Amino acid sequence: MDKKIEVNKFDFYYGDFQALIDLNFPIIKNQITALIGPSGCGKSTFLRAINRMNDTISIARADGEILLDGKNVYDQDVDVSELRQRVGMVFQRPNPFPQSVFDNVAYGPRVLGTATKHELPDVVEKSLRGAALWDEVKDKLKSSALDLNPGQQQRMCIARAIAVQPEVILMDEPCSALDPIATLHVEDLMRELSKDYTIVIVTHSMQQAARASDWTGFFWLGKLVEFGGTHELFTNPKQELTEAYITGRQG
Amino acid sequence: MTAQQGVPSPLPVDEAPPRPKREIVIEAFIRVAGVSTIIIIILIFAFLLKEGLPAFFKVSITGLLARRWYPIEDMFGLLPLLVGSLLVTVGAVVIAVPLGLTTAVFLGELAPPWLREILKPVIEVLAGIPSIVLGFLGWVVLAPAIQNMGAPTGLTAFTGSLILAYMALPTIISITEDALYAVPKEYRDGSLALGATHWQTIYKVVLPAARSGIVIAIMLGIGRAIGETMAVMLVTGNAANIPSLSDGLYFQPVRTLTATIAAEMGEVASGSLHYNVLFAIGIVLFVITFLINSLATWIIGGNGGRRRGGQI
Repeated sequence: MDKKIEVNKFDFYYGDFQALIDLNFPIIKNQITALIGPSGCGKSTFLRAINRMNDTISIARADGEILLDGKNVYDQDVDVSELRQRVGMVFQRPNPFPQSVFDNVAYGPRVLGTATKHELPDVVEKSLRGAALWDEVKDKLKSSALDLNPGQQQRMCIARAIAVQPEVILMDEPCSALDPIATLHVEDLMRELSKDYTIVIVTHSMQQAARASDWTGFFWLGKLVEFGGTHELFTNPKQELTEAYITGRQG
Repeated sequence: MTAQQGVPSPLPVDEAPPRPKREIVIEAFIRVAGVSTIIIIILIFAFLLKEGLPAFFKVSITGLLARRWYPIEDMFGLLPLLVGSLLVTVGAVVIAVPLGLTTAVFLGELAPPWLREILKPVIEVLAGIPSIVLGFLGWVVLAPAIQNMGAPTGLTAFTGSLILAYMALPTIISITEDALYAVPKEYRDGSLALGATHWQTIYKVVLPAARSGIVIAIMLGIGRAIGETMAVMLVTGNAANIPSLSDGLYFQPVRTLTATIAAEMGEVASGSLHYNVLFAIGIVLFVITFLINSLATWIIGGNGGRRRGGQI
């Protein structure tokens, strides 16, 4: 069990407010790690800290380390663009660009120059197959991505993320805008994707974490209260707060 | 109609309760206002046609397309005026569109918030400067400068283009910036998260998403340029000749369609041929504006995708 990411003494601030406090835990390669906790506990902030999407917020500041394959992503010499290629992201609400399905999926390879014009159709097909969407959209690659239903849009966003061949995929409540059936599709897909990718998912739904993840971290007020194997954490939590939260008494 | 006990009977459709008088009055007023606007537009257009159409028969189309405008000898060739308008407007667009778009991108995407807070109102104030004041500036400052650079005179098509570009800029910047602002943050995040740089995100996602708003901005800018009269009249030299390429196309005096009407309308006898021709020029201007608007609608509507984001 290789560690893909190691979090060491990681703190995060928005101005004077400390959003994350002394986080220490590993994220295991080719497995699914779920982060749970109430709204505002910092789990999304942590997710966006891994690929440095928080850089766009001018008052944000990070301390400590997030090691990706042993290299701190906050080191001076890290190329943020390359980091985000290696660490892809899927957002809470499906966010297709107002372009065709093909152009959406081809977007990453085009701007990063990872595929030539001739390779693009193959890359797009492979990515859409990888996101279990190919059969549904193969005849409408040229039509607008906004015409897909929300579940398809979200899987297209996953296809868009894997088109640049990332190593890690971050998912920020990817199912919160989806109906139960589309949610199941995405969860099945995550299981499939974890063979090739390391997945970190933030979720509000404890059932989803229990169903779909291998490891679970429980966040509370910016701290990681407990981290462990998902089965272990849900059946035999070590902390009282964890037990209170997962049984619904707290949170 | 029998209603069951306890269940309120539905209102019969044909016996709606009488509407309050006040509403009827308000509605009638709104209707009159709306219809009268349309009627006034139709009347204006009818008047324009009535006064202008005879020119097309009396002078003939070939006569109107001739190369010489010399009303005293009944030579009504509109070609020099069309070329003049075209040169000045195209020149203005070529200057104003790239400058306006880049300024809007700077304001909307790159400038720090405090700078944006200062610049945006300043640009909107610029839009309010009376065109004749810009004409002064062109006459007093620009024209001598251009003459010093070696042109035979400072009153040229290029001078007009510069002034017009300056007039169109606030419109283009302000509306483009609004369109960029309306592009959802999710698009930017999606692009950045794939490893695209800030600039790639602007160029490949934000600008295309804001396209319809940007087209509207450009068209309004062009509309302002082509219809503008006074400032242009002051600085283009008002010579109704077709500039030749060999003498430096843009650095010769020209005369625009609008300036011709403004300069000559006061001197013609009502009902004379010259008078009819000036109205015919009005029709030509109307057609040009109409074509530009249609083109804009076509560009905006022709992208096949659903309209979302970057809308005004």
